[in-house]
Amino acid sequence: MNTKPRPKHLDLTKIRLPLPGFVSILHRVSGLGMFLMIGVLLGVLSLSLESPQGYAQAAKCLTGWLGKTLVIGLVWAFTHHFIAGIRFLLLDLHVGSDLSAARKSSAAVLVLSVVLTLIFGVSIW
Amino acid sequence: MVNRIVTGAHYGIKDWLIQRVTAAIMAVYTIVFGIVYVVTCPKDYFEWSYMFQPQWMRTITLLFFLSLFWHAWIGVRDIFMDYIKCTALRLGLQVLTILVLIAYALWTIQILWSV
Repeated sequence: MNTKPRPKHLDLTKIRLPLPGFVSILHRVSGLGMFLMIGVLLGVLSLSLESPQGYAQAAKCLTGWLGKTLVIGLVWAFTHHFIAGIRFLLLDLHVGSDLSAARKSSAAVLVLSVVLTLIFGVSIW
Repeated sequence: MVNRIVTGAHYGIKDWLIQRVTAAIMAVYTIVFGIVYVVTCPKDYFEWSYMFQPQWMRTITLLFFLSLFWHAWIGVRDIFMDYIKCTALRLGLQVLTILVLIAYALWTIQILWSV
């Protein structure tokens, strides 16, 4: 059997991802980002539980502009990963896996995670 | 048709399942933690550390972190498998990731049980 070589478009500058593809790659990006921050977060947790001085220091770290920016970034990553993860679990159960429903739910994931992050960001700034 | 080994070959169904089970555990913990946080509403060090005093709180927090580390291992391993083609580099990074996650797990136990 002869198989025709399939066209491959793996050039990142030429790939045009459909909406569900964006949700998928952002799920990966947000997961990797949170993984890279685990050490920092454990450090802050450790500091905050160690002593009243440590707690004050941790609070200072998290309320500075750099801390707040990192926290907002992490909140977006968590929210996106959480909501997209629930969407993937539903897709595993064949809920909403037809094309139009999958497009709508992926748009909902993208919008909802950004809106929730904005609400959080505004409330802490 | 690709030849597939029918038995004994682990094509990742176990990891697939573990990733979903750990995700569910973390999602439930997030909700429980949110409720505990809102109810106790810790304002200073003593209220914050008091939140982690009950044995059940420490236990479910540890369960959360162990789920997180296992979940992260599968996710990061998938990323390495997809993007890093050099076997030596991939293996090195995977071993490093495992060691770091084991260290995190021990650190978490130390943090939670020294409160």
